[in-house]
Amino acid sequence: MASEKGVMLLDFWVSPFGQRARIALAEKGVQYEYKEENLTEKSELLLKANPVHKKIPVLIHDGKPVCESLIIVEYINEVWSDKAPLMPSDPYQKAQARFWADFVDKKVYDCGSRLWKLKGEEQQAAKKEMIEILQLLEAQLGDKKYFGGDSFGFVDVAFVPFTSWFYSYETCANFSVEGVAPKIAQWAKRCMERESVAKTLYDPKKVYEFVCFLKKKFGVE
Amino acid sequence: MAGSGTSDVKLLGAWASPYVVRARIALNLKEVQYEFLEEQFGTKSELLLKSNPIYKKIPVLIHDEKPVCESMIIVQYIDDVWINSGPALMPADAYDRALQRFWTVYVDDKFVPSLFGIMRSPTEEAKAEAKEQALASLQLLEEAFGKISKGKPFFGGDTIGYLDIALGSFLGWMKAFEEMNGFKLLDDTKTPLLCAWADNFCNNEVVGAVIPETAKLVELAKVMQARYKSAPPAN
Repeated sequence: MASEKGVMLLDFWVSPFGQRARIALAEKGVQYEYKEENLTEKSELLLKANPVHKKIPVLIHDGKPVCESLIIVEYINEVWSDKAPLMPSDPYQKAQARFWADFVDKKVYDCGSRLWKLKGEEQQAAKKEMIEILQLLEAQLGDKKYFGGDSFGFVDVAFVPFTSWFYSYETCANFSVEGVAPKIAQWAKRCMERESVAKTLYDPKKVYEFVCFLKKKFGVE
Repeated sequence: MAGSGTSDVKLLGAWASPYVVRARIALNLKEVQYEFLEEQFGTKSELLLKSNPIYKKIPVLIHDEKPVCESMIIVQYIDDVWINSGPALMPADAYDRALQRFWTVYVDDKFVPSLFGIMRSPTEEAKAEAKEQALASLQLLEEAFGKISKGKPFFGGDTIGYLDIALGSFLGWMKAFEEMNGFKLLDDTKTPLLCAWADNFCNNEVVGAVIPETAKLVELAKVMQARYKSAPPAN
């Protein structure tokens, strides 16, 4: 990789992990070059920038790659520290933010995938788990405007991309996010009022189209 | 000893857990006085269930009655709070921090499962595969060490840091598996840098005090292996 000055993001349009990076960059007002990857034919640049996992997103800053979406978000927050702080300054609040972002990482994507990949009893089990996850997150949010309190923060960035997948989860597993976790549903709407989020997330129907494409590809019916 | 006199610090843990060792090394490096509350193997105390209701796992750091969970989040918290005591556990440069975080996630997601796969594998074939994966991970970590340490003894440079703690806490178990299986995980010919690093790490006074003895871990591993053979995995 040439040590070119500037910021580049290797990404895939619908990836919620990539969207975390895009939202963080937008919150900070950072100019960057977006490069869409074809995940069935990964570019030389991606393979070189992330040889260990060969996955997106990868942030390349002045020629140096940063991998793993939450690590990228912390990096963006630390480097462009002059505006929109995404982490609280209090060490205990920081630890809480890292814990809940990690919780989203461990739970939401995998459980969500099981909702559209599986049928019957297994799908019911995944649905039960997803409802529990949403309710735990709702308890954590409480009556706050954002997970970060009054300001949009690390946990908000970590979780908000998955809100465009809610429609897919609801349709595949037959439940309502608003029904089981109304505060989360309202929080999702509040986040969409932020330009960084509105410009990054795709319409839930478009995400559902993508899920249907994946279902066909994996032979799920 | 330095450290906050009025602060109340407790650590819920167990002697054999490498995740608990991580928290203890960090607390010791920062010269923090703390009370170690040992969980009994096979049971979970009321305090643990109350402090970590989500995962119900150790370690849990309880600082002035407030719980912090997840070993590397605890390590970062310790670094943030006791900022004026002991060495900085995280590097000063943001990119270096990102690298240490990346390799720490790698240790947790890739290396550790293959390492414990050696103990948990029901067949010789599966065990051999786990061993190969563990060795491959260590090879990548060897290369990473070369780049990150910049010729110094630790991933953290002159002093033990975040990634040293993340990986080094598993050295006790690595030695136990080497002894039980009669093979080397860290090999002078394949991972010379990590071999030297492991010696420096274990010889450190603060670390030596909390890394469990190999003989005791071997004994525990035999008990655990018997359980895996006789019963199907719980989850």
